[in-house]
Amino acid sequence: MHYIEPHAHMVSRTTADYQQLAIAGCAALCEPAFWAGYDRASAQGFYDYYRQLTEYEPARAAKFGIPHYCWLCINPKESEDAGFAREVLQIIPEFLDKPNVLGIGEIGLNKNTKSELAIFEEHVEMAKKYDLPILIHTPHLEDKLKGTKLIIDSLKNANVDPARVVIDHVEEHTAGIVLDAGFWAGMTLYPESKCTAARAIDMLETFGMENIWMNSACDWGISDPLAVVKCALEMRKRQHTFKTVQKVIFENPARFLKQCKNFKLPETP
Amino acid sequence: MPTKTDILDLYFMDSRAKLLDIASYLDRLDRHEGETDFRQDGFLHALQTMLHTKENRAAAVLNALSDHSSTPEDKATIQVAFGAPQSINK
Repeated sequence: MHYIEPHAHMVSRTTADYQQLAIAGCAALCEPAFWAGYDRASAQGFYDYYRQLTEYEPARAAKFGIPHYCWLCINPKESEDAGFAREVLQIIPEFLDKPNVLGIGEIGLNKNTKSELAIFEEHVEMAKKYDLPILIHTPHLEDKLKGTKLIIDSLKNANVDPARVVIDHVEEHTAGIVLDAGFWAGMTLYPESKCTAARAIDMLETFGMENIWMNSACDWGISDPLAVVKCALEMRKRQHTFKTVQKVIFENPARFLKQCKNFKLPETP
Repeated sequence: MPTKTDILDLYFMDSRAKLLDIASYLDRLDRHEGETDFRQDGFLHALQTMLHTKENRAAAVLNALSDHSSTPEDKATIQVAFGAPQSINK
């Protein structure tokens, strides 16, 4: 079995995790820029972070034969201070030509504030200017429904092609909203605050297998870098065919990611 | 596709254990001193919602635990989410 991990925060993981991913059949891995668990003290901190995402992590992944890609942005949690966020936004274009950059992400909302929304919209304009796809983070828990609706309204107002946008961390109450509007949906296998493998498969069975992917979003929290391949095993236990499993864990993410000019379909058995 | 028996074989024991965890959590809260807050109000409301919903129960529970306002907040006073809205959605 081979698969693509479309959302993993490897800066927070050990090198042993790369080894486990390679053994499990991970053929390519994508890392969105995110909140590090604390607020950075300066915009320069993001410069170093983008170097990590575009230079250091690809080299670390390559030791295990895994192509590493990334998305760039300032995350919504640190976008509440709009002045600070705009300083960081000015840094991003310098990195957009790096060979592993896929697009702008994971942008979105956290507490659904005016400032977060303004910075979200500025990221969307940057994606349009540089003709890049977008990866979107939807808020946590009680804020997810409202945030998802605000994000979709904003994207519609900006006339963004929904086929080039993946809206991540959907759950049962937001998956239909996202897919019906023509966007791609991402399900995150992060059981305490997002969804379990069993629920992800329920969503696949309910909303269909098109324009949807699953990811681990493994980071510094209690999370599992092998969550995708474990969910694939759960799909087999639920009597989904090998072909269906491959579609969800490899072909679907590959189909979306092929829209990114730097993405190359990984070599597979 | 699996039958109902297949689903029971796969998930009954796990769901039974989770049901017992909820029951013991409710007892645990009762047994300890102090007051609960909006999180527990939301939890109990979501529990009732689940019992009274005949389909799409997971979505119904998530909706019961969601903020249903529609305008952006002026500013963030916290960075975290609690898992339940500050007031119950009915």
